[in-house]
Amino acid sequence: MSIKLNALFSDSYVDISQYRDQHFKGNRYEQEKLLKQSCTLYVGNLSFYTTEEQVHELFSKSGDVKRIIIGLDKVKKTACGFCFVEYYTRADAENAMRFINGTRLDDRIIRTDWDAGFKEGRQFGRGKSGGQQHNTSVKTSRSPRAFSCFPS
Amino acid sequence: MSRRRHSDEGDAGSQPHKRRRTSEPIEIEDRLESLICRVGEKSTSSLESNLEGLAGVLEADLPNYKGKILRILCAVARLLPEKLTVYTTLVGLLNARNYNFGGEFVEAMIRQLKETLKSNLYSEALYLVRFLNDLVNCHVIAAPSMVAMFENFVSVTQEEDIPQVRSDWYVYAVLSSLPWVGKELYEKKDVEMDRLFNQIEGYLKYRQKTHVPMLQVWTAEKPHPQEEYLDCLWAQVQKLKKDRWQERHILRPYIAFDSVLCEALQHNLPPFTPPAHSDDAVYPMPHVVFRMFDYTDAPEGPVMPGSHSVERFVIEENLHCIIKSHWRERKTCAAQLLSYPGKNKIPLNYHIVEVIFGELFQLPSPPHIDVMYTALLIELCKLQPGSLPQVLAQATEMMYMRLDTMNTICIDRLINWFSHHLSNFQFRWSWDDWADCLTQDIEKPKPKFVKEVLEKCMRLSYHQRIVDIVPPSFSALIPANPVCSYKYEEETECPLPGLAMATTVSNAIKNRASNEEILIVLKDVPNPNQDDDDDEGDGFNPLKIEVFLQTLLHLAAKSFSHSFSALAKFHEVLKNLTDSDEGKLHILRVLYEFWRNHPQMISVLVDKLIRTQIVDCAAVANWIFSPEMAHDFTRFYVWEILHSTIRKMNKHVQKIQKELDEAKEKLEKQQNKKVEKQIFLTAETLLFKPHIREHKDDMEKNSEDEEGQLEEQIERLQEKVESAQSEQKNLFLVIFQRFIMLLTEHLVRCETSGVDINTTWYKNCIERLQQIFLMHHVIIQQYMGTLENLLFTAELDHHILAVYQQFCALQL
Repeated sequence: MSIKLNALFSDSYVDISQYRDQHFKGNRYEQEKLLKQSCTLYVGNLSFYTTEEQVHELFSKSGDVKRIIIGLDKVKKTACGFCFVEYYTRADAENAMRFINGTRLDDRIIRTDWDAGFKEGRQFGRGKSGGQQHNTSVKTSRSPRAFSCFPS
Repeated sequence: MSRRRHSDEGDAGSQPHKRRRTSEPIEIEDRLESLICRVGEKSTSSLESNLEGLAGVLEADLPNYKGKILRILCAVARLLPEKLTVYTTLVGLLNARNYNFGGEFVEAMIRQLKETLKSNLYSEALYLVRFLNDLVNCHVIAAPSMVAMFENFVSVTQEEDIPQVRSDWYVYAVLSSLPWVGKELYEKKDVEMDRLFNQIEGYLKYRQKTHVPMLQVWTAEKPHPQEEYLDCLWAQVQKLKKDRWQERHILRPYIAFDSVLCEALQHNLPPFTPPAHSDDAVYPMPHVVFRMFDYTDAPEGPVMPGSHSVERFVIEENLHCIIKSHWRERKTCAAQLLSYPGKNKIPLNYHIVEVIFGELFQLPSPPHIDVMYTALLIELCKLQPGSLPQVLAQATEMMYMRLDTMNTICIDRLINWFSHHLSNFQFRWSWDDWADCLTQDIEKPKPKFVKEVLEKCMRLSYHQRIVDIVPPSFSALIPANPVCSYKYEEETECPLPGLAMATTVSNAIKNRASNEEILIVLKDVPNPNQDDDDDEGDGFNPLKIEVFLQTLLHLAAKSFSHSFSALAKFHEVLKNLTDSDEGKLHILRVLYEFWRNHPQMISVLVDKLIRTQIVDCAAVANWIFSPEMAHDFTRFYVWEILHSTIRKMNKHVQKIQKELDEAKEKLEKQQNKKVEKQIFLTAETLLFKPHIREHKDDMEKNSEDEEGQLEEQIERLQEKVESAQSEQKNLFLVIFQRFIMLLTEHLVRCETSGVDINTTWYKNCIERLQQIFLMHHVIIQQYMGTLENLLFTAELDHHILAVYQQFCALQL
């Protein structure tokens, strides 16, 4: 009875993107496996003034948030436009990818992507000046992570 | 979108020859699936020529792919109800070309129908019934045999000792198919159909409708009565019958093929007996039809079909089906909704908005997660920027006007939707249009709504932003600036008891004192509750809690993360201070006092306190119902906290239950393996493999040890489950008890002073009680016996008892 009609019922918002973390300890396959099971999202294109409270309010709409780690400029230790949101369940994270990704927070369209899991140190921007690879508060149209494929 | 099969991990590019050899049939099957699924979508050719072409292709493929084609067609019948008539036409064409295939398809559909009914998949079963009915229109199924099936369905109403929701479903299945097939069935078998009609009418007259008030979005009858779904459908079908089954809305591609189809031989449906009722059957809950628009609301363009017209029913059904099919893909969903066939004859935007809000406000719960509807409406606004936002604004305005009679749960969802929506559009809104709320008592629904919306808007932005977006006249409704209230802040003329201690504790924390060191410092805090000497000083000491927690929260006030870290770091101290129930209650009080201007912070900290087991769920419930919280009792955030607490409790029980089930499964597997091993050992090997004989004893001992460990684990988990369930039951008992106390007090007070009971507070409170039942009905149903015996007895005031009775009626 139960054939699923794959051709029709896609769930494209939940698919993993092309981005792979160059600093990930492990091979591509391992990283992809973690991405497909992950409950953690990377969130980009935040304003430098976006607070943990705002992120929590928005992302709680798809489920209980376990923790939020605001991304920091490596040098200045101030918010630099990204964060990680970790849920207790994968299903809640998927709903965030489906319904919160591409909508606005603090008037900016934010982008979410799967993350293999927060590890200490990953909250710091990897750009040359200490912020993100690309100054996301300037570029609003492209997902900044598209450029982060290449190590700085 | 091409769906290439991804090779297995690590297999990229290897064995290309193998792939090429086996890929052809798979590719053809994928292609068939794609062709069938996509027929009816936008195309350069007409639908008729596409159907004709596809029928030809499939007919040619029948010899090799019959099974696959049958499965795909059965699946689209079940999963794509919005394209019903496209696929019934296709089946009709295939039947005309290949009678046997038609017969096999009908058989497969009947099998599928039986399976869906047995698996409690009632909405899918409904689509299958409708599909079978439309096959009568396509000359695949003979009308008399369909009528016979209907007779069997309606005879379920004669069964005894069944839940009403069972017979409801079978009647609904008959009625909801009639817009498609009523004409044909009446033409062939009017006498039988009239008899059926009379039976249905009799059933509808006497069925219970206790559940209706609990499911209505608005309590008012005007401007649109919130009708029970079967009543509404009955009215629609009766009107259709009166109009001699003239129905012009449904797209019927088979009409174009009439000359071909009427040559086809029809099949008789095999006699179908509805599967008998069983205790684990879960029938769909009744619902109320949501209406917010009528023909007066669309200012120009096509007129909205009336509330009792069958067109209204069909449009709403189809729009609901589209959302059901595409809810995960918001862009696709929006596009599909907006390309609804026949959209030029109806005010489509109004229908879409009405259907979406109907789902969002559905009680007990929306079919999909709330935030999906926000995202979907945003996509719709993007696709129709010139028209949809205006309809949405009109809808919002209408809902604001009717807040006085709107169910509190629905108001909650409206608040969440509206604030989230505004945050995507720079909070632009004509607040002045709502200036009427400023002259009302602030507890009344309209000003309360605006206040709660602004609070939620602030959470998504910041305080000054809210001040900027509303007119100055709205200042009373602006939320408080979310700053903390540290009681030991300044040196005042009458220093507070504990001020000096607070400074000491603060310094200790700043100097990275450990938990033990803090506890030692706190030993010196005098206990205002105690007269006699308490040598250990370990009893409940409210001042200790205040001094410590206020100071800690103050030091960590910067952000959520800071506060979470602080709670984690001093977990030991907090556990020590909250050893008693009074301690747990007091910590919540202190938290509230400190963060009373920042409800969001209170929510996240209560969540953390529960998760780190510093307070338990019952303590949170007691705190919410305590006199100190009476002032905030009607505020939205309080109920968010309570429901979040109940959900945590439920998830906890589920988690341990799952662990127990997994352990039991493991044990069963182990025992099966043991039996297998024994067979292995005793059969031949003992005779022929001496070394196994030696190890036999060891192996047996190991497996016994493992089994023993598992059994111990299962026993422990069993106890854990029982204890968790007991805690869960207790939580609901506490909540219900407190509600009963509060409501009874109010009712008695009103009666003795001759005042009308229906105050704003009362409406809010009784609907909050309803909300507990509705939001957690699955769990509560387990404890019905206890609830009825202990709490919801006949002695209770009938106003309160009515809520319980309505709840029971939901699954009768």
